Amino acid sequence: MDNLLSIVTFIPAVAAAVMALLMRGEDEAAQRNAKRLALITTSLTFLVSLGIYTQFDPANTGFQFVEEHDWVFGLKYKMGVDGISVLFVLLTTFVMPLTILASWRVTTRVKEYMIAFLLLETLMLGVFMALDLVLFYMFFEAGLIPMFLIIGIWGGKERIYASFKFFLYTFLGSVLMLVAMVAMYADAGTTDIETLLTHSFSATSFDLLGIHVVGGMQTLMFLAFFASFAVKMPMWPVHTWLPDAHVQAPTAGSVVLAAILLKMGGYGFLRFSLPMFPVGADVMTDLILWMSAIAVVYTSLVAMVQEDMKKLIAYSSVAHMGFVTMGIFAANQQGVDGAIFQMLSHGFISAALFLCVGVIYDRMHTRDINAYGGLVVRMPAYGLVFMFFTMGNVGLPGTSGFVGEFLTLMGTFQKNTWVAAVAASGVIFSAAYALWLYRRVVFGDLIKGSLKTIQDMDARERFIFAPLVVMTILLGVYPSLVTDIISPSTEALIANFNQSLAAADTSAVIQTASH
Amino acid sequence: MIQADLSVILPEIILALYAMAALLGAVYTGKDKLASAITWSTSGLMVVLALWIGTSGSGSTTAFGGMFVDDGFARFAKVTILLAAAAVLVMGQEYMLRRGMLRFEYPILVALSAVGMMVMVSAGDLMSLYMGLELQSLALYVVASMRRDSVKSTEAGLKYFVLGALSSGLLLYGASLVYGFAGTTKFAGIIDVAQHGEVSVGLLFGLVLLISGLGFKVSAVPFHMWTPDVYEGAPTPVTAFFASAPKVAAMGLFARVMHDAFGHAISDWSQVVALLSVLSMFLGAVAAIGQRNIKRLMAYSSIAHMGYALMGLAAGTQLGIEAMLVYMAIYVSMNIGTFAFILMLQKDGQPVTDIQALNQYARREPGKALAVLVLLFSLAGVPPMLGFFGKFYVLRAAYEADLAWLAIAGVVASVIGAFYYLRIVYYMYFGEEAEELDRTGSPVLWVFLMGSAAVMVLGIINMFGVDGAAAAAAAALVH
Repeated sequence: MDNLLSIVTFIPAVAAAVMALLMRGEDEAAQRNAKRLALITTSLTFLVSLGIYTQFDPANTGFQFVEEHDWVFGLKYKMGVDGISVLFVLLTTFVMPLTILASWRVTTRVKEYMIAFLLLETLMLGVFMALDLVLFYMFFEAGLIPMFLIIGIWGGKERIYASFKFFLYTFLGSVLMLVAMVAMYADAGTTDIETLLTHSFSATSFDLLGIHVVGGMQTLMFLAFFASFAVKMPMWPVHTWLPDAHVQAPTAGSVVLAAILLKMGGYGFLRFSLPMFPVGADVMTDLILWMSAIAVVYTSLVAMVQEDMKKLIAYSSVAHMGFVTMGIFAANQQGVDGAIFQMLSHGFISAALFLCVGVIYDRMHTRDINAYGGLVVRMPAYGLVFMFFTMGNVGLPGTSGFVGEFLTLMGTFQKNTWVAAVAASGVIFSAAYALWLYRRVVFGDLIKGSLKTIQDMDARERFIFAPLVVMTILLGVYPSLVTDIISPSTEALIANFNQSLAAADTSAVIQTASH
Repeated sequence: MIQADLSVILPEIILALYAMAALLGAVYTGKDKLASAITWSTSGLMVVLALWIGTSGSGSTTAFGGMFVDDGFARFAKVTILLAAAAVLVMGQEYMLRRGMLRFEYPILVALSAVGMMVMVSAGDLMSLYMGLELQSLALYVVASMRRDSVKSTEAGLKYFVLGALSSGLLLYGASLVYGFAGTTKFAGIIDVAQHGEVSVGLLFGLVLLISGLGFKVSAVPFHMWTPDVYEGAPTPVTAFFASAPKVAAMGLFARVMHDAFGHAISDWSQVVALLSVLSMFLGAVAAIGQRNIKRLMAYSSIAHMGYALMGLAAGTQLGIEAMLVYMAIYVSMNIGTFAFILMLQKDGQPVTDIQALNQYARREPGKALAVLVLLFSLAGVPPMLGFFGKFYVLRAAYEADLAWLAIAGVVASVIGAFYYLRIVYYMYFGEEAEELDRTGSPVLWVFLMGSAAVMVLGIINMFGVDGAAAAAAAALVH
């Protein structure tokens, strides 16, 4: 099939359109139908996307399954995947049926809810497949609209504030990227990502408003893209929208946010920032590495004092994303492989953790850590699952969390030993907050009266966790499953990066940078 | 020769004769009885003329010794103007009928102002420019104060008239300076005198005064003060009209004067236009935040949108004009949908303009709310709606004309502006319970709302070929 990627991308959108135009009513039957249709659609998308996985040729470092059509004013509708993006596509299609299943108890405006999630899936898939700058931007930005609605309509008490903050914060980051895209279009004469990857942008330093810009246009473009991806990631210090959005979003919204939307930032760094602006990236590397190290340590400490479970996990997400940015900007094989691995692993583990919170939130309607304690007495299965993912979050060897952290730290160590040393201490902090959370919620005596009748997980909930447990262990004990696919592409990426740096007369750049 | 001249302005003549005939007909047959019929027939005639102009020949011809130019640019602008005017006339018909405001003069005045607009975008001389502008404006002053019994409406009309007269004065003063220093009123003659780097001070003063006058017509900051009051005071169908066709005409005229008469001195006016643009974008974005009245809000929104369109003009390139035309076409189609929605809002038969009344609208009218959601995000320039392409287009034009600072200012302003569009979404989707609005289901308005929303979504596939037409139009204007 020539247009497999488009089919995968637009199946959910078609289902959403069907739902919007053909399904009527708010009664129970209509709600059930909407849920079923959404579940079937997302499952079908996953099955079809497996076709991409089986036909994907890891040895080929170029783009595969490429589709290309002319679009308006010189832009193109071009889709394709390579070793870097293919696994994100699969992660998305894998997580979506689980989030729909996790939303089975939603009762308000079910049809709109499912439409929002289905559209969101289309847009997220598009981000990972788009091979045209403007097409990428369209998918990237359009995803804000359903997420804005998901937080705003189905969110918690402070949902209005959180949804506006989420939208405007990320929108501001992205529009600067849009200007940089326009600049790239003007410079290279095309918006085709494949061509842009081989185009070298000017790296001649110049003065702008009295400031000496080392790396010239590349640095400016890098910064514009950085503004967008750093917010999306999110990196310290522009992470503050994330805890608000996570806490207020419904469980499924948090899952999508943590598992997939955050990955767009990391994917963007790998697709644009590193290969297209190597000199700009090189100039900024030290700053970014230190920002990542601060993120790891600082947000871990912040996580430790949180009273709200979701907020705690949100801060832990920021810390884990710190490892990702560190790995990416270490710009060596281990670092980049580790970063991608960490993103995938975090996609499973953080999704599972938010689902764990969702399980008890559905029962008690509070996320306050102090409201719980001793859950293991009434909920042994839940205690086990939660324990497993807590360990994954900590990075216990044998879970996927370990591989990612280890590889990124190893990559960073070669680039900047001090950053690696500081960040490694974050591993200890993460153990501290995660285990302490676990102890306060699950262990201890069950003394709270309200918890005396709490029920353990039902079959649906167990079924949601099962695939996540399998993936976490599988990637933990057999990481080659991932690295075999990504390594050829990342190798090519690193080789190109180093080559462009050498070509751009790095010695001169580094000299001016050290002044 | 006169026959050839007349054949060039045949569409204008037909519309003008039609307006006069309709006037006579209505006067002799008992006034307002025919109002509905005249509205429909005016609108039908406009569509026919638009189709005719749109499909008629290519190339450019001039008439009356260069006073009147018929080229690709004029044709693009005329088609947009006529279609927008026709749509707005039909949309407002039922609203005015129900409130007893539908006088037969209304469609006739709109037709006459459309004639003025067509002359504006075809002007090849300062005299024909002024003729078109005044014909348009006089008709608009009258329709702004259509509701003679309403203080606000008469105030709007008077304000518009006084400030409009002031701007006409500025424009005339500028025109006379230009005439004095260039020795001719013809654009073709002025362009020879106004060469790059050797524009005399007198000519420069004339140019700046012309820009001020034109800035008033497009409601660019700092000449925007009349806009919110007139938008709020005028009856809603009239507001919808103000926000569409006249804006296109004024923009078209602006572009024509700048390129046809001062096309060899771009660096002399580009900075001024860029300043108008950046001020409009920011004021439009910031001032709308405090507005509760949706008509005032749309007034500030239109100021901001004019800022973006001016960004294309400020680029001073062919791409810039193309971007501006695409932007205006998209802007007009968004605005028609939005005003169709505003016209629907009423409680107990009375029009509602407070945005808080929209609380929980999405629950009661999910279909319409979704359409409005699409339009609002499109107005905010969020992809994947068509409004984003308009922004992308002008950004690109500005960047390639070395106005990167303007592009950056523009996107920052668009983030600020997004806030107030989001707030309407907030009321519709997240709001608390409120008293229910009437469930009026005028099929005409419904069609325009849904159609406009559908255009915003489906347009991203190929923009319905508007970009190609705009490119051809821009090529005709820029030398």
